[in-house]
Amino acid sequence: MVRTAAALGVVLVLGLAGLAGEELTLKGSTTVLPIAQLAAEVFAELHPELAVSVQGGGSGTGIVALIDGTCDIADVSRAMKPSEWERAVDRGVYPYHWLVALDGIAIVVHPSNPVRQLTLDQIRDIYTGKIINWKELGGPDLRIVPVSRDTASGTYEVFGGIVLGGEAPSARGVLYQPSNAAVAETVARTSGAIGYVSLGFLNPAIKALAVGEAGTYLLPSEENVIAGTYPISRPLFMITNGFPEGVVRKFILFVLSDEGQKLVEEAGYVPVRRIK
Amino acid sequence: MARAAERLVKALTWGCATLSLFGLGLITLFLFREAIPFFRHISPFSFLGGTAWYPTQEPPSFGILSMLAGSGLVTAGALALAVPFGVAVALFVGEVLPRGARDILKVAVEVLAGIPSVVYGFFGLVVLGPWLQGRLGLPTGQTALTASLLLGIMALPTVASLAEDAVAAVPDSLREASLALGATPWQTMWRVVVPAARSGMFAGVFLGMGRAIGETMTVLMVSGNSPVWPPSLLSPVRTLTATVALEMAEAPVGGLHYRALFAVGAILFLFTLLLNVVGDLVVQHVGGKR
Repeated sequence: MVRTAAALGVVLVLGLAGLAGEELTLKGSTTVLPIAQLAAEVFAELHPELAVSVQGGGSGTGIVALIDGTCDIADVSRAMKPSEWERAVDRGVYPYHWLVALDGIAIVVHPSNPVRQLTLDQIRDIYTGKIINWKELGGPDLRIVPVSRDTASGTYEVFGGIVLGGEAPSARGVLYQPSNAAVAETVARTSGAIGYVSLGFLNPAIKALAVGEAGTYLLPSEENVIAGTYPISRPLFMITNGFPEGVVRKFILFVLSDEGQKLVEEAGYVPVRRIK
Repeated sequence: MARAAERLVKALTWGCATLSLFGLGLITLFLFREAIPFFRHISPFSFLGGTAWYPTQEPPSFGILSMLAGSGLVTAGALALAVPFGVAVALFVGEVLPRGARDILKVAVEVLAGIPSVVYGFFGLVVLGPWLQGRLGLPTGQTALTASLLLGIMALPTVASLAEDAVAAVPDSLREASLALGATPWQTMWRVVVPAARSGMFAGVFLGMGRAIGETMTVLMVSGNSPVWPPSLLSPVRTLTATVALEMAEAPVGGLHYRALFAVGAILFLFTLLLNVVGDLVVQHVGGKR
């Protein structure tokens, strides 16, 4: 009798805990993830009754989740595809894009690599297998290990579009990694590696190359990205289902506020406007 | 009153069994329903025999031979580690150790089985991969070898635990008879106990193989995921499981790529089914022949 009452009591408490407050779910790009996480943390402090959850999985995953209704905000680092638009409209979802940050995709190598700059053509040749050794680029006699993101990634799409011109990274032995962090980790631990990561994932364990064409090489810095001169840059979006209401709207407005854009800078990305 | 209770219990257990079979049936149905239409556009020969997997190019190519090789290589490597060590652990725990130490080691092996695969993957990415890269002078530590080593450790508890049960089930009379005839403990272990426990050990091997083939997270993190034919154990590979995990989120629902991934899933399903059937047959055949 007492045991039954205790069991029921436990169930009741657990059930009530589940009802505690509203939920806000963000899902998608691992590039936007650091921004989303920072913003979610600060936002959750301002609204303690809220349960904010942030997940990665790639831009493609986020869009699918938004269309299926399993997240409130999709983080994406690329444009939506025609098939995704069609599917959204079919399901009565109108993807409203909010520009929350600007990003550069940095080409990174191991710090011990003496190479400091490459043209876009050279990078493409590396990833399509035409250049296979660093000595062909003025570096040491070391086999090049190209590292790429997986195909669900917005970073992969943008890199593929701007640098590879739509070709596949068809070189032998291209390593595919499931996140920006994994690419950075792999390049940091492989002396012959070259990879691409979003600005927010640059760290002292990897070295960013200056990228360019026709003699002008630029590092992926905030100035170059805002000026639009760094060749591999892109906008980062948060997408909501139609014009948002309630807590979703508050969150988006928070990310776009000066405080939110300072968090964008803190995460290593470029804010959408100059903030004081 | 007792009879009614009997009937209720019987009905409940029947219900549970039917429910699980029903669930399995539905999963199978859904899997093949999504996969079969793929083969209207792509021939099974080019699917199974082609080495080029470029699903997002125009025009796309869907050849999984490289991934079959990747899965096969990694599984074979894992078994090469798990089987000898698993059987050795089982024999050591069952035959050599005194009772107290036996329990401790058994628990330790079970703990090995409980470690999440993502933790193994992280360990491989950050520690094992770079170490192998340095030691063997490889361009990268993300290779079939790294994945095999980790999968071997993950499959070891499965093999060991079933082998342990098999060894424990061997009647003491056999051991006593062997020792009484003048055999050493090692001779008894190797030539009497192991042959007697053969069928259980085989069951463990097949189960371990199933574990290795189906593992996704660890291989995703350490095998490099290169969708090309692996020239050796020391090169990056992609397994069937990692392909599905990497690309499913991206493939537009209902499209050719989506169906291709379901086809890969169907192949994995068929492999596991085959493994179970063959495993059962081998275990029966080996066990019956005594």
